[in-house]
Amino acid sequence: MTAGTGIRVSEPPSHPAPRKLAGPRFRPGESAFRLLLLCCLAVGIIFLGVLITYVLVEAWPRLDSRLWENFPSIRRPERAGAQSAIFGTIWVIAFTALFCLPTGIMAAIYLEEYADQNRWYNRMIELNIQNLAAVPSIIYGILGLGLLARELSLGTTVLTASLTLSLLVLPVVIIASREAIRAVPQSIRQASLALGATQWQTIWRQVLPAAVPGIATGSILALSRAIGEAAPLLLLGAVTYVAFNPEGLESAYTVLPIQIFGWISQSREEFHHLAAAGIVILLAILLLMNAAAIWLRNRFSKRW
Amino acid sequence: MTDDAIPAQNTDDAHALPLAVGDRRRGRPEPSLNDPVFHISDLDVWYGDHQAVRDVTMLIGRRQITAMIGPSGCGKSTVIRCFNRMNDLIPGARVTGKVAYHGENLYDADVDPIEVRQRIGMVFQKPNPFPKSIYDNIAYGPRVNGMKGNMDDLVEEALTGAALWDEVKDKLKHSALALSGGQQQRLCIARAIAVRPEVILMDEPCSALDPIATARIEDLMAELAADFTIVIVTHNMQQAARISDYTAFFTADVDDKGVRHGRLVEYDTTVKIFENPADQRTEDYITGRFG
Repeated sequence: MTAGTGIRVSEPPSHPAPRKLAGPRFRPGESAFRLLLLCCLAVGIIFLGVLITYVLVEAWPRLDSRLWENFPSIRRPERAGAQSAIFGTIWVIAFTALFCLPTGIMAAIYLEEYADQNRWYNRMIELNIQNLAAVPSIIYGILGLGLLARELSLGTTVLTASLTLSLLVLPVVIIASREAIRAVPQSIRQASLALGATQWQTIWRQVLPAAVPGIATGSILALSRAIGEAAPLLLLGAVTYVAFNPEGLESAYTVLPIQIFGWISQSREEFHHLAAAGIVILLAILLLMNAAAIWLRNRFSKRW
Repeated sequence: MTDDAIPAQNTDDAHALPLAVGDRRRGRPEPSLNDPVFHISDLDVWYGDHQAVRDVTMLIGRRQITAMIGPSGCGKSTVIRCFNRMNDLIPGARVTGKVAYHGENLYDADVDPIEVRQRIGMVFQKPNPFPKSIYDNIAYGPRVNGMKGNMDDLVEEALTGAALWDEVKDKLKHSALALSGGQQQRLCIARAIAVRPEVILMDEPCSALDPIATARIEDLMAELAADFTIVIVTHNMQQAARISDYTAFFTADVDDKGVRHGRLVEYDTTVKIFENPADQRTEDYITGRFG
């Protein structure tokens, strides 16, 4: 006991000092694992890089305004363009978004906020939605042809294509939106309900605004899948060499993946350059959509 | 328990937590159950097949602070959630018996749970402000309830009532999530009183807060009891002793299958419960021999 301070000072230790801490040690396992992870990442990045470079090099001779100013032509590749396919893609994707986003988000709200998970039919719906997300897209094409185009006499039009693609990506939209809605903390819902808000007020004013970033990300992934689909549209009359832009839902149409497919199957070299240029346009539209989603997400999540 | 860390000689310090029974009740009228708001009788709560609470009967007095204490799993949170039908939100929850609010059973088929929650507000264990501005947090309740009047005045009144106005009046448009934990909890109290309820239920409102923030909330509760009926669930026995007029002690019976059923053991004035409990189990709990 040291007088005055009231602090007990212990005697110097009589036992031997502990072993000194060693310096950093080389652990081969750690480094090897890290290297393995990097290799896996590299596979994806390198292939993407090679792909984009190859397409750009191929497309270079034809990457000019002819591409979006002219319509396709079989006989004169030097004057051929993809305007009808670009407009067709925009029309089809816009209506796909219009049909599948509200439906998918509202279905997700029902499943997350209203459905009683203890009921067998709700569990069955859930299971089936997950299965539907894995169904090959050509099956949806057959469904669209048989049911929409023929049975309902909608014909092979922009409307049929949008509805078919909506059905195709609907499960993805539902699953992504459910994840986003589920990620909103339960405490927010409780706080709102405890203030006397109704369930709908709670969902509309608290849950959905908080879930928008996640829903936007999932939706854009779904639409990106739809924009690249060729298989179901092959069955639905998206023919190549359409020399006009769609004028409405009843219009005939073509889309970029089909146009690219058509050009690639031509034997003349010039058409292959055209196909590559079409791919660049498709990628550009995809990037624009992604940028829009990121902007939307930041706008909603940075406020608080 | 966090408040034990504060030495007893610091009691003149405004932020220390005095330990004596009724210390934060000074200046308040004598406890009384003559004007009950709730008359709970034979309340049973089931979660699926499990009976979480059995046979609770008690009165809650108007403008009294009623504390519910007891060990974990004794059903006190379950009981408080029956008072504004928050248990409705738990799938499989079932309530029998009566929770009479001014003579009207809240669980009658013709009672609208939305209106119940407008009259009987709730503050939760973890502060849960909305990810919005301070102003919008307060204004949300009046807006969804369609209340008329000047919203700015209402927000100021609610924040003043929760002793938060001076701290936030210059940053009403800032995010509520930027406030400290204690401020967030007072914001949640302000949000609850903005809809002008008669009763405020508090489910362990201080368990996520430090001792200074806890002391502020306790002061606030004593002030609010002049206008509101307060029911508080707390893990902190000293807190119940300091602030409440009445204390209900719950415990859990364990049946032969090892399943816990909550029940009300003793309910009386706080002074009686802490100084002269009638039941041996109450005495064991408050003297720290059990729980």
